[in-house]
Amino acid sequence: MIQYFADGIIAGATIALGAIGLTLTYNILRFANFAHGEFLTFGAYFALLFAGFFASAQTIGPLTFGWGFLVAVAAALVLTALLALVLDRLLFRPLRRSDVIVTLVIASFGASLMLRNVVVFLWGSRPEYYSRNIAVSSEILPGVRMSADELFVVALTAALMLALHLFLTRTSLGRSMRAVSDDPSLARVAGIDVQAVIRWTWIIGAGLAAVAGILFGLTVQISSEMGFNLILPMFAAAILGGIGSIYGAVLGGLIIGLAQEMSVPLIGAAYKPAVAFLLMFAILLVYPKGILGDRT
Amino acid sequence: MTGTFSYLVFFLAQASIFAIVCLGLNLQWGYTGLFNIGVAGFFLVGAYTFAILCGPEYLMQVGGFELPFLVGLVGALLTSGVVAFVVGIPTLRLREDYLAIVTIGIATTLQLVALNAEWLTGGSQGAASIPRPLPGLFETVLGRNVLMLSLSLGVMVLVYAGLEAMVRSPWGRVLKAIREDETAASSLGKNAFLYRLQSFVIGSSIMGLGGALYASFVGFVSPQDFMPILTFQVWTMLIVGGSGNNKGAVLGALVMWAVWTLSGTIAQQVLPAGLQVKGGAAQVILIGLVLMTTLVFRPRGLIGEEAAVSSAAVVESGSRDSGQTA
Repeated sequence: MIQYFADGIIAGATIALGAIGLTLTYNILRFANFAHGEFLTFGAYFALLFAGFFASAQTIGPLTFGWGFLVAVAAALVLTALLALVLDRLLFRPLRRSDVIVTLVIASFGASLMLRNVVVFLWGSRPEYYSRNIAVSSEILPGVRMSADELFVVALTAALMLALHLFLTRTSLGRSMRAVSDDPSLARVAGIDVQAVIRWTWIIGAGLAAVAGILFGLTVQISSEMGFNLILPMFAAAILGGIGSIYGAVLGGLIIGLAQEMSVPLIGAAYKPAVAFLLMFAILLVYPKGILGDRT
Repeated sequence: MTGTFSYLVFFLAQASIFAIVCLGLNLQWGYTGLFNIGVAGFFLVGAYTFAILCGPEYLMQVGGFELPFLVGLVGALLTSGVVAFVVGIPTLRLREDYLAIVTIGIATTLQLVALNAEWLTGGSQGAASIPRPLPGLFETVLGRNVLMLSLSLGVMVLVYAGLEAMVRSPWGRVLKAIREDETAASSLGKNAFLYRLQSFVIGSSIMGLGGALYASFVGFVSPQDFMPILTFQVWTMLIVGGSGNNKGAVLGALVMWAVWTLSGTIAQQVLPAGLQVKGGAAQVILIGLVLMTTLVFRPRGLIGEEAAVSSAAVVESGSRDSGQTA
């Protein structure tokens, strides 16, 4: 059972990183972005592309990858953020002017399907892996086996969350973002450059999504469907934690990850996404604000 | 010549089934502003309900009732309606995006059930030999397809006429009022939640009905038939045709199904076998581009919603075309 708990933490870390971007775009741009899952997919494939360029035989300690991979992660992060900005410029910004929220949602749903098929078009539909090296698990606690890669996933996620926390509370851009999310018109009156905030929302959300996708690719596999398969757990995490709340998204991500993995011995692995859905459904039924949410 | 004719019959039968589903979505989105992206899920429920009620005895434990065709259709209406009712209760009180998230969730979950609950659905093998109505009437495939076409066209006309009557009734005007301004509608004593729930359940039932006709027409259902791409196709049909207009929903279904099948045929003939997967991907990208450009440049679709004004009022011509979405 405790092993499932550990698996749940790893799965939860990926979901939480993805859910942060989802909740940020929801809060600042005010729509549910269904194309967010594809940022994970593209992040993972971009990293695959660069991992090929920077392939180094030397791996870092017990990890399955070398320093070149970390460069690939950084490059993938930048490219995914660019993709988000291009998508916003071409699609979401013209639609934002029309002021119909739901048109944005259907557009994002369409963009999600298109991007998914662009991946199939460019990279094919076979699942891929970053490395042929086998990640050896060792017993880190009594009854818990984890590989070095998995520990890396947890550590990197924790570091990114701490960095995000410091960014939002200590920098003026971070404070502007929180101001826009609280009240866009008031923020504009106070002289905040809302367009810049929107740009940074995309960059941060897509960047974190790219990392989440890469980490998923590292511990599971890379496929064109991966982002779409994760969108439901990510939405569930964001809603469970209280949509708009970044800390809620992290908490929700962990809860969803744990629930999905702990349910495996009970109902099997096939129904994992359904577990996320049921949790989301239950919270909407009894407490739609979510655990840390402040609005409905 | 006979080849073209029989293909046309086949094409129109499929298109009319899509038109039925699209009409259901139009009631939800076009008239009520409900954002359902779980169309494939309700379609699935209808199709499997029909397979279980009317199909022969399968390897699965449930089913094999071999009930009459009409019972299957009614059953599909009911089950998909019940699913919509359950989904609608927590979500229709909240902001519209929640319905989107929950409907995509229910569609995913239903697909998982179809794939894994072998005792109910036959699992990944699917359910085959789903009967057509009046099996002994025609000898030829063409004859049977013509029968199916006239049947699905008949159902489509019935659904169309029913919906037209409903949306032009006071009930339909309340739906539009809630869509445009919920606070104003509520202040006039209209319970927005109840109206939304009715519209959502009726629309989803119509999708289930389309699913049942599909199961009967194709004779085989499997979980792969109900992927999110189906939802996307129906949405594109509605947006391109013109949401908020039942004629637009039917026209959009016809046009987009033609675009889809034509592009599929071209991809099949032009591309070598090794690139067929990429051809399929390119097809989806094409449909996606059609949807995006329609949303950005012509949000009303081919034929948009009629302006609802009393006959004495003077409407400024062209004012609705200037980037306004309904």
